[in-house]
Amino acid sequence: MTKIATRDAYGDALVILGKKRKDVVVLDADLSGSTKTGKFAKAFPERFFNIGIAEQDMIGTAAGLSIAGKLPFASTFAVFATGRAWEQVRQSVCYPNLNVKIVASHAGITVGEDGGSHQSVEDIALMRVLPNMTVIVPADGPETLQAIEAVAELKGPCYVRVGRNKVPTLFGDDYAFKIGKAHVFSTGRDAAIIATGLMVAEALSARDILKHEGIDAGVINMSTIKPIDAAAIIAAAKHCGAIVTAEEHSIMGGLGGAVAEVLAESAPVPLVRIGVKDTFGTSGDQEGLLKHYGMSADDISSAVKEVLRKKK
Amino acid sequence: MAVTEDQLKALKEKARKVRIDILKMLTDCGSGHTGGSLSSADIATALYFYKMKYDAKKPDWEGRDHFILSKGHAAPLLYTVLAHAGFIERAELCTLRKLGSRLQGHPDSKYLPGVEISTGSLGQGLSVANGIALGRKLDSATNRVYALLGDGELQEGQVWEAAMTAAHYKLDNLCALVDNNGLQIDGPVSKVMGVEPITDKWRAFGWEVIDVDGHDMAQLTAALDKAETVKGKPTMIVCRTVKGKGSKVFEGKVEFHGTTPSKEEYETALKELAEETLCK
Repeated sequence: MTKIATRDAYGDALVILGKKRKDVVVLDADLSGSTKTGKFAKAFPERFFNIGIAEQDMIGTAAGLSIAGKLPFASTFAVFATGRAWEQVRQSVCYPNLNVKIVASHAGITVGEDGGSHQSVEDIALMRVLPNMTVIVPADGPETLQAIEAVAELKGPCYVRVGRNKVPTLFGDDYAFKIGKAHVFSTGRDAAIIATGLMVAEALSARDILKHEGIDAGVINMSTIKPIDAAAIIAAAKHCGAIVTAEEHSIMGGLGGAVAEVLAESAPVPLVRIGVKDTFGTSGDQEGLLKHYGMSADDISSAVKEVLRKKK
Repeated sequence: MAVTEDQLKALKEKARKVRIDILKMLTDCGSGHTGGSLSSADIATALYFYKMKYDAKKPDWEGRDHFILSKGHAAPLLYTVLAHAGFIERAELCTLRKLGSRLQGHPDSKYLPGVEISTGSLGQGLSVANGIALGRKLDSATNRVYALLGDGELQEGQVWEAAMTAAHYKLDNLCALVDNNGLQIDGPVSKVMGVEPITDKWRAFGWEVIDVDGHDMAQLTAALDKAETVKGKPTMIVCRTVKGKGSKVFEGKVEFHGTTPSKEEYETALKELAEETLCK
């Protein structure tokens, strides 16, 4: 199985986009080597602006570039792009509804060794609550490539969350990403696991574990968190009667929160949310951290069994 | 090209009318920012009726100069100059802050053509101006970018991030102005959180700095002319102003930062503003 970090795919996508469109400009806040915008900087130095360690200024500058007719992509770590600069994203991007793309890397706990200060487990919630904002969390390299192409075509603010570590490639050439459309790997019979980002791979592993125990769990990749594919959630709830969500984020306000909102209003069925449970992260490696926070494939399979017990 | 005596006379007359309209709309509305709208009135008049290129019938005209009102609470001033410049009807000024109005409490670019970007949360406008200036430079375009900041606003850290960026990228197509009226909501700026020496700070950040009397039309127009000739760095025009300028009712009074005149105060101010032109 090939593996590529979604941030690497982002860097490649920018170069492809930069060749196609002369209006694409890229900003970074002194992390271009890590966010992989450095690839674009090397290919198109005149269209790359390093703003230094000044995320608030970077977001405002991106807003100005969009007013001047450019298509700006602004990148830094997720914790800074959505935390440090949240009010700039609100006031200077979403409120005036400008065509600014914020692509943040090193999201979630799998930043790993850097520890809790750098592990963004709130970013999806912070971006999702903003009017006009589209929120996308690609699951692998190919989906990231397509997502970047798609947000370039969409007029308006977009937040795309990418990760530091290599993740298994799940999608082939036949996959067609569409903003706002979930991808159903399998419908399942007993329960559906709705996952996002690198947790999609964990969910697929959980499905295999459960299969050995005679449990048929479906897996849905919810790469667009906003606008959420409510129809896919409702269909899964009606078909399986039980839902598990899995995300590398707080269980509050992100995918789990969004799915809970849809279920509560439109298709109330038992739900168990896998993710970070109202706590900050800590240093460690990816595998150790996923286990520590109860987010491994084993934990997801346990969650499916738990939700099945709640199911009448 | 220097300003002519006739132009100066016309600009002063325009500023007087702008002040009267600001007071009228604020008095009618009953809420809004009086002091900072009046202190910036001559600055905005010089920009819109002397220096800036725009097409009021085509607010998105590619060749336009850009104006960012970073001190967004001076919205009544912006709306008034936009009305006098022909972007909107003067009658629309009466809708200030009303439900459904395009004239929001703070400028909103979603609704009102001629407003480059929504502002109101202080400290953000200079970064946006930088972005426009960078974008225009990339296209080798000649549009100029103007941003008006308050002196209290300089307390926001983002302003200084943007100050570095503008100098770093040598944005000589950018001219910022500070309305240095010395007052903010909680009192004198020097007491709340001192920002002086303003000119030294911007100079140290790598900007060309011009210090002017922000109510002297000859000095304002000369500074705007000079800013266009500066190469390799951005220009900051520090405008010494009086908060509430135009009537003794408001001048230097901190309580008029965010409050509006009563009917009587409006009438008194109107008399003073009328007399001013009769005398000069």
